[in-house]
Amino acid sequence: MTRAGLAALAGIVALALVPLAAPPYYAGLMIPFFGYAIALLGFNLLFGYTGLLSFGHAMFLGFGAYGAAVMAGVLGIKSFDAVLLGSVLFAMAAAVPIGLVCVRYVGIFFGMLTLAFGMLFYSFLFKFYHLTGGDSGMRVPRMNILGLEFAQYNKIEFLAGPFYYYCLVLLVIAALLMWRIVHSPFGLHLKAIRDNARKAEYLGVHVRRCRLVAFVISAAFGAAGGAILGFRVGLADPELVYWLQSGQLVFMTVLGGFANFFGPIIGALVFTLLEDQLQSMTQYWRFILGAILAIVVIGFPGGIAGIVGDLRRRFARGAA
Amino acid sequence: MAFANILLGGVFHAAVLFLVAAGLQLVFGVQKILNLACGSFYALGAYFGISFIAYAAAVGLSPWLILPGLLVAGAVLGVIGPPIERLLRSVYGRDESFQLLLTFALVLMFQDVFRFIWGANPRSLDSAYLIYGTISTRDFSVPVYNLLVIAAAIAVAAGLGAFLQRTNFGRILRATAENRAMAEALGVDVRRVYSAVFTLGTVLGTTAGALVVPTAAASLDMAIEFVIEAFAVVVIGGLGSMRGALVGALIVGLIRAYSIVLYPELEVLAIYAIVIAVLLLRPAGLFGRPVA
Repeated sequence: MTRAGLAALAGIVALALVPLAAPPYYAGLMIPFFGYAIALLGFNLLFGYTGLLSFGHAMFLGFGAYGAAVMAGVLGIKSFDAVLLGSVLFAMAAAVPIGLVCVRYVGIFFGMLTLAFGMLFYSFLFKFYHLTGGDSGMRVPRMNILGLEFAQYNKIEFLAGPFYYYCLVLLVIAALLMWRIVHSPFGLHLKAIRDNARKAEYLGVHVRRCRLVAFVISAAFGAAGGAILGFRVGLADPELVYWLQSGQLVFMTVLGGFANFFGPIIGALVFTLLEDQLQSMTQYWRFILGAILAIVVIGFPGGIAGIVGDLRRRFARGAA
Repeated sequence: MAFANILLGGVFHAAVLFLVAAGLQLVFGVQKILNLACGSFYALGAYFGISFIAYAAAVGLSPWLILPGLLVAGAVLGVIGPPIERLLRSVYGRDESFQLLLTFALVLMFQDVFRFIWGANPRSLDSAYLIYGTISTRDFSVPVYNLLVIAAAIAVAAGLGAFLQRTNFGRILRATAENRAMAEALGVDVRRVYSAVFTLGTVLGTTAGALVVPTAAASLDMAIEFVIEAFAVVVIGGLGSMRGALVGALIVGLIRAYSIVLYPELEVLAIYAIVIAVLLLRPAGLFGRPVA
């Protein structure tokens, strides 16, 4: 087994122990981490591997959360598995036309277009009150997972117990899936496109088609993450789709390190815990987060994964 | 509501939008940085303008001087330009996503600076600006102050145009925007140019915020909401183009004004539909240069 595999296994074991060792509050706090981590795996396929910075990625979180609200709340589907699948399929279907438009551009224009689509969806959610509940959002009722009700648990116990492990398994599946994707020939195509699109095209890579597929895959992961986030709060609200949220997704990815496969997961974990701690300490937590982001961007563009990698290299050199 | 009233409301909004967008364009044109914090400068101008005028009124400033007072308040805030430019200097030449992220960090920090200094509740000035009077007919009424702001924006547009086209420093600035390396080889102190351009962009944003404050409250949301509109303006007009900023601001301002009256649900939706349409049909914007 490789070193990365061992580290991942250790991480999974550590995460599996959290509900047993930590108070339910922290286990519940980890649910958004799972949601963000899954969404960021997809986001980083686009950003880290394909070199496309989406500044409207929160839209896909919104597809997941609102998809869950519509399917469970309005249509009365009681199975979270079905709702999750439905949201993912819907997001993929919606991402095809949006992606067709967006992947014609790169760099700042791609960012602007995704931002525009994100804001379009946001203003739809915000303004069409009779359809979407406007700023009060839509309720996401409690659902069963794998057909099991867990009726004896209240919502907090349910989130900290069965749903926690359900999300952990989802994250592992998502990570394995993404690992396969980025290590497949398709993943190589994406990296080639990122490094030099013209050369890749010359070598026979269908640049736009690959970018589109990456876009659609990232939408699927985003919607899965969004459905988890919506389920946890019990609400799909438009703030989840606002551009600040998109910025936060980029923040987490860069904090963890976009050049590393596990960077986004690390970023989601550190961000979730950091935000929670800062919010309990001071009302000026945004300032500290902003300062941390500035320091990472200026001084440590490799993020946490990059710092760890540097330290390990230095340590190895010192030992030799 | 009368047609002319909506029109003037739209043009007023466009005037303010133009000032911020002009700052955004200037900075993007020369430094190639898309500044997410432009909305924060706008909000800073608004908050500071309120404090400045309140202080000035306390020491006996004539209420007639509220407009020049606000212009001074906006200009004074130029002092934050050079240090922020110094911070951004560390990411010049790096990937544009990092530049965008650094300005995003500024947005987050500014939000809490406002909260710390001015509190979480919206702040506003009393209606002292009505001292300039109101022009009204039977179904039409507009405060003279709004007209003065529109005039000020037009003056700034003309002044900026003259500055960029006619003055020596304007030429240097355009040369740097065109080809940084060549300008540097010809002896232009690019650092100084960048610092000056960023400060000018900042002042445009803060002045816009200061000017709008007599008619609207300053709130924590205004920074993050306004940046979205300013982005729509520069994308519609074309990144880096001054004329684009002017036309884009008029389009966005008027659409917003009319949709609020005719069909409020479409207020933001219509703006973004246009942004997407422009990006699809003319990716460089109405006045931008073709994208490579």
